[in-house]
Amino acid sequence: MAERSVVKAPRTPGVIAGRVFIYALLGIAAVYFLLPFFVMVITSFKTMEDIRTGTLISWPREISLEAWTEAWSSACIGVNCQGIRGYFINSVKMVVPAVFISTAFGAVNGYIFSKWRFKGSEVIFSMLLIGCFIPFQVILLPMARTLGALGIAQSISGLVMVHVIYGLAFTTLFFRNFYVSIPDDLVRAARIDGAGFFRIFWRIILPVSAPIIVVTVIWQTTQIWNDFLFGVVFSGGDSQPVTVALNNLVNTSTGVKKYNVDMAAAIIAALPTLLVYILAGKYFLRGLTAGSVKG
Amino acid sequence: MSSLTIKDVYKSFGQVEVLKDISLDIESGEFLVLVGPSGCGKSTLLNLIAGLETVTRGEIFIGDQMVNQVSPKDRDIAMVFQTYALYPNMSVRKNISFGLEMRKIPKAEIDGIVKKVAGILQIEELLDRKPAQLSGGQRQRVAMGRALARNPSIFLFDEPLSNLDAKLRVEMRTEIKLLHQRLGVTTVYVTHDQIEAMTLADRIAIMKNGTIQQFDTPRNVYKDPANLFVAGFIGSPSMNFIPSKVVQVDGGQGIVLNVEGDRTYTLAVAPGNGGLAQWTDREVLLGVRPEHMSDSLPDLDEDASVHEIECKVTVVEPTGADTIVFVNINNVEVTCRVHPDSARKPGENMKLVTDMSRVFFFDPETGERI
Repeated sequence: MAERSVVKAPRTPGVIAGRVFIYALLGIAAVYFLLPFFVMVITSFKTMEDIRTGTLISWPREISLEAWTEAWSSACIGVNCQGIRGYFINSVKMVVPAVFISTAFGAVNGYIFSKWRFKGSEVIFSMLLIGCFIPFQVILLPMARTLGALGIAQSISGLVMVHVIYGLAFTTLFFRNFYVSIPDDLVRAARIDGAGFFRIFWRIILPVSAPIIVVTVIWQTTQIWNDFLFGVVFSGGDSQPVTVALNNLVNTSTGVKKYNVDMAAAIIAALPTLLVYILAGKYFLRGLTAGSVKG
Repeated sequence: MSSLTIKDVYKSFGQVEVLKDISLDIESGEFLVLVGPSGCGKSTLLNLIAGLETVTRGEIFIGDQMVNQVSPKDRDIAMVFQTYALYPNMSVRKNISFGLEMRKIPKAEIDGIVKKVAGILQIEELLDRKPAQLSGGQRQRVAMGRALARNPSIFLFDEPLSNLDAKLRVEMRTEIKLLHQRLGVTTVYVTHDQIEAMTLADRIAIMKNGTIQQFDTPRNVYKDPANLFVAGFIGSPSMNFIPSKVVQVDGGQGIVLNVEGDRTYTLAVAPGNGGLAQWTDREVLLGVRPEHMSDSLPDLDEDASVHEIECKVTVVEPTGADTIVFVNINNVEVTCRVHPDSARKPGENMKLVTDMSRVFFFDPETGERI
């Protein structure tokens, strides 16, 4: 990377005032967005006594992990008092295969739609794109019947299937748009070199796909982990994902409302998507814009 | 090494016919250049030979085998692309060996071939680098190395030099020619640059709008162009086309040239151009190469018919070895290549000689040779 030379603006009072204004505005916006999360975090570390006597944003008098352990392993969801652990694991069991399968298929689809076009492939691609705009509600009934017919209703495999099908439109679009920027000559050269369809994909296309794989994995993980509607409709008591369990936990109407447990459970449920963004966020932005600028 | 035969090939993309009635035939070891302006179908023809596109009608033979239904990998060809198409994730070594690996050649043998090819192209020290770490010229060499390693019966080049700067282009051009002389592999080379075509080819196919205009040796397409397009395309600076009237003179036809300053010359046409008789009193296009409109003409043939005309110089462009002088004849600008010492200043008159046995006549409507 070449070093960038920065041309500094002269520091007149007007410029300084402008800067101050910009930073103040950014600061206020940041506080505004972070405040709810801040309240969640401090509340989750408070005891119930503390919550009753203090204010919403007062610092916990003592840090207590009680709410976290309760949310994780002993909070009552409906009549089942084993915390959200089991549901969290359900979510993991659902998200990992669903993300993997939808990303893998999306990559192959995108490879075909960009590098192995056939008669009518553009039409099929356009039809697939419509899948991005179909509202969730529309497919609930037909999907329920399909899952029933396949014998995977009310199960995690059923949820995986729903998410794979629903995600394919997006993952295909991502990969296809990324692969369009890879020169066709690369594929031609490999064909002349004697490589076939899957060999070219595996040895030449996939190794340069890291940015778009990151984007797709983040996108799909977030979508599927955060999904509530499919989870609540297509899962049974034992196969509910954590989002549904969180809702049930918060809405359980017996006994005292334990805000600290609710907050801890909510943070636990949000943690994976948060982590994904923190760890891979910069690749996300980079990957989203990759391919839009031709080199 | 194989011969290559293309028989009555047509290619359409949907409704658009991009290649029409293409027939070519080269011997084993020959260097064929497909040349023409962009959009003339030359790259499509190369892709058909490679098998990357399928022909709509007609047949392609490599050696004695009809390859219409043969996939690219089984055609025993290697191709160098304009964009080089190096695999970005692989080292130079891997790039060269990939095709060999695909053909299940033993590891030890592959290493030997890579070493040999790297030696030929002098890229030994680049073998462990990635394509992104190479300069344009180096990438070009690696792309050629990849093709060489396969030891194919036909080499295909798709405008391999057009992404290089001018100096490197000339160097690589010579290198490709040397390589061909040394290995003698049948080669098909696509370019839009007529100088590249002339310097490299054993045979040139000049294409326009999906048809072959002329298919001949470089010498013949220069000396004996089939039509107006070929005449204008080959040669640099390109041929002058002067609309002029044919008149009857004693013993044959003459051509009338009107020079600025109202001097009129009637130049007797050389006896070879018998077909011009029926054009008497009509206008034709007179084609004269700048090098045949000069201060003096060396190496005149026996049947030369030299005429002298005096013209007013409008612009002078020295190029070093020669000077290009612009004059006005029959109201068109005519370029003449003259010796730097005899070039006059703009506004002055200059005596130019031309050899009527080396000029061409074209039908102004159809562009065909007369």
